[in-house]
Amino acid sequence: MNRTTPWWLSGPALVLFIVLLLVPLGLTAVLSFNAYDPVTGVKAGEFTLEHYAHVFTDDYYYGIFWRTFWISGLVTLICVAVGAPEAYILSRMGNPWRSVLLLVVLAPLLVSVVVRAFGWSMLLGPEGLVNGTLKLLGLGPIKMLYTEIAVVVALVHVMLPFMVIPVWTSLQKLDPGVENAALSLMASPFTTLRRIVLPQVMPGILSGSLIVFGLSASSFAIPGLLGGRRLKMVATVVYDEYLHELNWPLGAAIALILLVANLVVMLSYNRLVEGRYKKSLG
Amino acid sequence: MRKNGPLALAFNALVILFMLAPLLVVCVVAFTPENTLTLPTTEFSLRWFRAVFAHPDFMQSFWNSLWLGLASATLATLLAVPAGMAVTRYNFPGRGFLNGLFLSPLIIPHLVLGVALLRLFAVVGGGGSFGWLVFAHALIVTPYTLRLVVAALVGFDRSAEQAALSLGASQVQVFSRITLPMILPGVTGGWLLAFINSFDEVTMSIFVTSPSTVTLPVRMYMYATESIDPLMAAVSALMVAVTACAMILLDRVYGLDRVLVGR
Repeated sequence: MNRTTPWWLSGPALVLFIVLLLVPLGLTAVLSFNAYDPVTGVKAGEFTLEHYAHVFTDDYYYGIFWRTFWISGLVTLICVAVGAPEAYILSRMGNPWRSVLLLVVLAPLLVSVVVRAFGWSMLLGPEGLVNGTLKLLGLGPIKMLYTEIAVVVALVHVMLPFMVIPVWTSLQKLDPGVENAALSLMASPFTTLRRIVLPQVMPGILSGSLIVFGLSASSFAIPGLLGGRRLKMVATVVYDEYLHELNWPLGAAIALILLVANLVVMLSYNRLVEGRYKKSLG
Repeated sequence: MRKNGPLALAFNALVILFMLAPLLVVCVVAFTPENTLTLPTTEFSLRWFRAVFAHPDFMQSFWNSLWLGLASATLATLLAVPAGMAVTRYNFPGRGFLNGLFLSPLIIPHLVLGVALLRLFAVVGGGGSFGWLVFAHALIVTPYTLRLVVAALVGFDRSAEQAALSLGASQVQVFSRITLPMILPGVTGGWLLAFINSFDEVTMSIFVTSPSTVTLPVRMYMYATESIDPLMAAVSALMVAVTACAMILLDRVYGLDRVLVGR
């Protein structure tokens, strides 16, 4: 085999990825250090750290990063609390329900987020079905749309499949014999769940959590459509800086901070999950 | 194995309801005869669907999205098949790097890709043109295609190829008569998954489309931030319909569960 063959084969894709991924990211990194003047715009030749300093010291950006962080954390916790038991319940069902319901849970993944955000804005609006149901129960209308509630609910809806998939995958590797052995040795169902099932699906839960957290922290359409104008998250602030404030260098700096934070979260998966569990589980 | 208790089944029903509720509500409200977002109670009407088809902006965006999805999925497949063969069949320095690079759009936020491409187009010009948009979408959907192509190539028995080679077939003949037909489910599955993801993409596109190339999700995003009326529900229902058609096809050629759960 010729040594250059693999490079010829992957060459076209490599060109695309260099021109549309590596070069633009490099340009954006440079841009984030460029000085900016509100009147004349970007000063190409002048370099400064002021945008990063600005993001890390200004209370406004601090508040937005903090909100993004706690909303993503809360969404991750809810996804663990709902997605892991759901995957477990589904895995114990018999066919055809098992595969049909798994598809029902996962298929919304393929529907555009804009459609799903719009669906939630109808459900959670002041005249929506949820408030209508609350009214029937004698509870006053709750303002949910354009608050954190709507953002969290819709993000959970978008992210839940990303939790169910890895948990489901690790459940498939589970040997049902071990579970039955524990039960036959008089372990209670709860003890079996806690001591036998949970430790084995932990890698799935962990990797799901990292994916959910990373995707929530960088989500754009959900906070953009359900958070309204005041409730900003990191991604929507970047959008504002670029298309409304026209301060591209500042927007680039925030986007790169988001990228680095995201990569740290996503790549720590390898260290945390694979390093620790591959040895013990084989 | 123990059966699920009633509590578990109730929990399951609630989760299923939660997952379906926003999609169902969109599809039902799209048939309202009223001027406001209300559930149709007495009769179903197609007036909002007619309104969509009479709305030049939405129709233009629909065709933009459709052509963009077809073109970028095709381009991504053409790139991913040889790239997939390179990373599965050859052991060469840089293999891990290439594999990581080709999958990286999955973990880079689309927002970051959007601002990066915006910067590129500001430097080289030509921003917002349909051609650039095809390349940009091909970039973000290539990982999906690549994953299915690689999955097909990993479980591949190469004895048929070796037999053909030993009988004097050329490399091109081996690829077109043996390899390609054998990995075809993965290739078409990857193409469909790429199409769905391109058709749905909003976050990156919002930065790189121009008024004449606005895609349907971007148009919907803009529209929804300004006004909310049943027109939006009808467009959403049409989006769901297109996605559902692509999903059914994907299930036929590859298996939806294999795409989603990976087996």
